[in-house]
Amino acid sequence: MAERELKKKTKTTTTERTGDEVEEVPAPSATGEKLKAELDDLLDEIDEVLEDNAEEFVRNYVQKGGE
Amino acid sequence: MAIPKVCGIETEYGIHVSNGDPNPIAASSVLINAYANEVARQQIRWDFEDESPGNDARGQAGEGSMPPQIETHLVNTVLTNGARFYVDHAHPEFSTPECADALECVLYDRAGELIIQRAMEAADRTVHDGRRLIVYKNNSDGKGNSYGCHENYLMDRATPFARIVKSVIPHFVTRQLYCGAGKVGAETPTHDGRTVDFQISQRAEFFEEQVGLETTLKRPLVNTRDEPHADPHRYRRLHVIVGDANLAEVATLLKVGTTSLVLAMIEDDIPWSRELTPTDPVRAIHAISLDRTFTQPIEMVDGSTATALDIQWELFSLARKYADDRGLECMVDVEVGEEVLRRWEMVLHGLETDPMSLSRQVDWVAKLKLLEAYQARHGCSWSDHRMAAMDLQYHDLRPERSLFARLDTERLVSEEEVARAVTEPPRRTRAWFRGQCLSRFPEAVVTANWDSLVFDLGTDPLRRVPMMDPLRGTAEHVGELLEGSTSASDLLDRLSR
Repeated sequence: MAERELKKKTKTTTTERTGDEVEEVPAPSATGEKLKAELDDLLDEIDEVLEDNAEEFVRNYVQKGGE
Repeated sequence: MAIPKVCGIETEYGIHVSNGDPNPIAASSVLINAYANEVARQQIRWDFEDESPGNDARGQAGEGSMPPQIETHLVNTVLTNGARFYVDHAHPEFSTPECADALECVLYDRAGELIIQRAMEAADRTVHDGRRLIVYKNNSDGKGNSYGCHENYLMDRATPFARIVKSVIPHFVTRQLYCGAGKVGAETPTHDGRTVDFQISQRAEFFEEQVGLETTLKRPLVNTRDEPHADPHRYRRLHVIVGDANLAEVATLLKVGTTSLVLAMIEDDIPWSRELTPTDPVRAIHAISLDRTFTQPIEMVDGSTATALDIQWELFSLARKYADDRGLECMVDVEVGEEVLRRWEMVLHGLETDPMSLSRQVDWVAKLKLLEAYQARHGCSWSDHRMAAMDLQYHDLRPERSLFARLDTERLVSEEEVARAVTEPPRRTRAWFRGQCLSRFPEAVVTANWDSLVFDLGTDPLRRVPMMDPLRGTAEHVGELLEGSTSASDLLDRLSR
């Protein structure tokens, strides 16, 4: 397990090296609110595209076993 | 040394017909014919000459086992990107061409999705009776019917099959932690009779045996189909049926990448540092799919216990050490190998500290996060039909309906690369030769399959060109030869010189 602890500790440096995640990081609360707003937008969109009659939609989806 | 882990993914898609004859075989045929005739504008037939799915890697088939049937009368085409697109049982199926590394496999898996989208659009244009064909990239209908997403890996024939079985089971049972596509509810009774709201794998609960030849009933964790589609004295093709179909690209990369690494270590006979085999692997794969805390101890054959995460950390540490000691040539592209290791560590760390932080990388987390957010907004419970509907619609491949497409998951390949992979074959395997012959000499290629092409030159008997080595026929090997050939007969002349 000692080796595993070591691996986990090296993790932070690995992430920092990748570059694509190291953009400007807003303050935590701002990030939280932004994420919440994005999620709200997403849920609005999903309300629009979700199949009208969920029960019937799920019931009608029948497949034959495959492979 | 472990041989290069040439790999591929075959996906059986769910197909649903709205407003019309629900026959899935007819619908799948319409879909694939629409693509072949309207989009690809050519239809080269698959050649069944060398198919023998009943051959068992254990030497003889287990008692009472049912070898799969070959269906030669259904639509079956080969594409210029080297892939096979066909009707398998009652599903449209897309098999990627042979890919040289795990990232290339992600690219061609995504190309398969784009081909399906174009096929649906083409079917919309050609079907005029109000029917609409809708394709889903998932693995079950929620009513107990499952269909597969299989992986294939090139292995050294010298590696004893019994060693592969024993050593790969710990990985097959636990990799669902990051490869699971997530599912609302359960379709088989649980061991303890409890009800299930959500589980991490679509497929896990359908496995009933440890080892076997079947793929449609009594599904085994390790499939013994011994059909290498290559020189059988040198190669084995490990046919893996235990996975879910993934939409998240990172999940696909990890599914193929970690499995390639584990198989390379098995070829090089790296001993696992401790006992990693569960006493009851089948029960373990079911239990792990149901445990979102990852804390449930699994009993090992030596009497010890480990959690699924413990097993994955052990396999990761072994692979990290293996890469440091022996290099990553088995992954063909060393950088892809390093990327797989980096991401493997990242997801295990994420699962341990904050699983929901992996919603851009792991399908089951992305789906669960969406379902929980929807529940919070609408105050609905897990038994609400909208939960199962959203689960299904996550996998809908129509861009205007897909829930997955609305999520900001991490991408590893660009849209341009995917569009190119729809028609162009991988450059570093024999798929290059197959695909290039199909695009350059479509009138001369009569049939094709994984290990040969049959040409009709208009004279004499048909000419078969065998391709028994998946690592030959690459752009590097035959690119110049193909460039310089003015016709199919010229090509065959040059090949026989």
